[in-house]
Amino acid sequence: MQSIVEFKNIFKSYPGVIANDNVTFNIKEQSIHAILGENGAGKSTLVKILYGHVKPDSGEILINSDLAIINSPSTAKNLGINMVFQHFSLFESLTVAENLILGMNENIPLNKLKDKSKTICDKYGFNLNLNSPISSLSVGQRQSVEIVRSLLNNPKILIMDEPTSVLTPDEISKLFKIIKNLVKDGLTVIFISHKLEEIINLSDYVTIMRNGKVVSTISTQNEDPETLGYKMLGYKVPKAKQVSEINFSQEIFSIKNLSTQSKDPFTINLNKIDLNLKKGQIFGIAGVAGNGQKELMEILLNENDYEFSGDIFFKDLNINNLSTFQRKSLSISYVTEERLGHSAVPEMSLSENIFLSMNHKNEFKKGDFINFEKINSFASDVIKNFNVDTPSYNVKAGKLSGGNLQKFIIGREIMSNPELLILSQPTWGIDAGSEAFIKKTIVELSQKGVSIIIISHDLDELLEVCHKISVLYEGSLSNPLSVENINITKLGKYMGGLFD
Amino acid sequence: MSIELIIGILNIVLISTTPLVFAGIGELVTEKSGVLNLGLEGLMLVGAVTGFITLVLTGNYFYSLFLSIISGVILSGIFAFLVLNLMTNQIATGLALTIFGIGLSAMLGKKFAGTPIDGLNPYYFIVISFLLVFSVGYFLSKTKSGLIVRAVGENHNSAYALGYNVIKTRYLTIIFGGVMSSLAGYYISICYAPMWQEGMTAGRGWIALALVVFATWKPWRLLVGAYIFGGVAIMQMNLQAVGVKLPGQFFNMMPYLATIIVLVFISSNKLRLKLSAPSSLNIPFEKNQ
Repeated sequence: MQSIVEFKNIFKSYPGVIANDNVTFNIKEQSIHAILGENGAGKSTLVKILYGHVKPDSGEILINSDLAIINSPSTAKNLGINMVFQHFSLFESLTVAENLILGMNENIPLNKLKDKSKTICDKYGFNLNLNSPISSLSVGQRQSVEIVRSLLNNPKILIMDEPTSVLTPDEISKLFKIIKNLVKDGLTVIFISHKLEEIINLSDYVTIMRNGKVVSTISTQNEDPETLGYKMLGYKVPKAKQVSEINFSQEIFSIKNLSTQSKDPFTINLNKIDLNLKKGQIFGIAGVAGNGQKELMEILLNENDYEFSGDIFFKDLNINNLSTFQRKSLSISYVTEERLGHSAVPEMSLSENIFLSMNHKNEFKKGDFINFEKINSFASDVIKNFNVDTPSYNVKAGKLSGGNLQKFIIGREIMSNPELLILSQPTWGIDAGSEAFIKKTIVELSQKGVSIIIISHDLDELLEVCHKISVLYEGSLSNPLSVENINITKLGKYMGGLFD
Repeated sequence: MSIELIIGILNIVLISTTPLVFAGIGELVTEKSGVLNLGLEGLMLVGAVTGFITLVLTGNYFYSLFLSIISGVILSGIFAFLVLNLMTNQIATGLALTIFGIGLSAMLGKKFAGTPIDGLNPYYFIVISFLLVFSVGYFLSKTKSGLIVRAVGENHNSAYALGYNVIKTRYLTIIFGGVMSSLAGYYISICYAPMWQEGMTAGRGWIALALVVFATWKPWRLLVGAYIFGGVAIMQMNLQAVGVKLPGQFFNMMPYLATIIVLVFISSNKLRLKLSAPSSLNIPFEKNQ
């Protein structure tokens, strides 16, 4: 087989980082070629360069052995390159048909589009209603729209950027079947992922990237997740192991019959959620993104007076109407999903960020003045105890890498001595070292008697640290499953909405 | 009330409302692509004074219309360059454009204030304004180009990722909006009140802006809204003619008061506003480098 894409010495730097450092490798025609690497290894930058979305500083790309100058997505599409994005590039308020038309190079009338998309849907087993607006679709259906949209242009090369990160296990195996059929029909697929098992199951070849450099390009035949993981990271990651469930007795936090009735079609309504959390327990809320996690977190935080019915109790006290600060004063701490802009103000220093989240504590104030001495020493303690890699507490929060900032934020919340810690996507998009450190910290914290709720899309992470896991699906919460002796098939069914 | 009076009122409503329709439909297209242009008032005044001066100097209606349109192209082109290429704040730039337009038109028109001219028949423009609203409605909902405009206003990053030229699309919609505002101004100084007077658009640009929100970005609603606003505006003379005894200032205030009430009413329903507003409105577009 001959090479369809050749990357030659691709170099791209951003201020302070080299995203791609002389990347050179080939992709064979009609193969599934995976690009593996940690967050920040440069995978996304590389495919964005191939798709004309990002301009490289230097280097060449050859398509079918011809030099290709790709300076915009439309040139890429003319060369037969299409891309399915990690964060979908769909238009929420438009219908499926309108979204498909927008993705097509030619201008075709609606009835022809219907025929053409129907052929593709039938052939590969997609199920789409052309007239429904995107906002009414589930995440899996949205991805189908994205894929059908790229197939309508008869591409030669299809780039898929982390396509499985938002799918249930069932949907993933369906997607893999579709990809394999597409490749049989002549397509070349470039598949980006940081999930080792997926890559071994699906792809023929894998290029491993670390810190912007290609480590190697190999056939996946003789690899297993462990060897591949070692090649990706360059070291072995210790696993945080949760100790088995012990005598949890004292109830700390509970949600009773929580429902919402919003008329906004862009939000998910929660449906009779019940949850009990004991002292020292770690409770995981799993589920594919967009099933009500955002709305649940909104209610737990109470920053915007989100309307709901039902009751929330913290140590027998009804906290329904308590503000965020009042809840924090009761020793509930929060780590929200968005690090920059929500958990921390990017333009302010680490010390100032400490004060902003803790100004309900009088020890940081002298009358109405800020006690910077105390805050600075608190900040240095966080930096020291939680291995935050930063020259000082005067550095702006926005300057820290994702992993370091997350360690700082979690450290800040833990050092305020919470009895209940609520975390949303605690290890999303951070490097493996920080991820392992955070997981270890969470487990240790629970052993000291702190109760923890983790809302996460990452099932592996929840299985690693939690005692109990419930699944959130379209606003309903499943009954909790014990992680010891957990039935993975059952969990997969729950994620697809098939509760008992 | 006699039949003649009612027909008379309808006639005046029709004549006085047309500038709102022109400016409003132009701004609607601009906003559909995700750009908020607060410079309508300035664009209208410059369009009005350019058309007027050209007509006085050449006596040629075609030249005056042409130059009035050109003034809209140039001014909105500058606005587009500032907000799209230099990524200045859309609100501040729009306000600056209005202030600039008020000043420029006053300066240019100083010598010509009070010069008599022969006005044009407003009915041509009224017919054109109706056709425009329907063609814009058709363009936005039925054509692929219209779909691209909506897509760019909905999510410019996705539109760019699909290979559409966000900047070019927005240049075109901003300039379309600018030309429509100039036409609105031209109509005021050549047809509606054939004369030039400083600040003669009297806040119609702001009312047109409110109209777009009132219409929740739908062309046909904009037409209905414009006539409601227009009706309120001319109630003054007619109610006085019928003999209602209220101070004239009260009636002068009515269109602006109605604007405020309508905006408060509409923005009280946040959900509806969120669902109908273009999601990328007023958000600058920055290409990945």
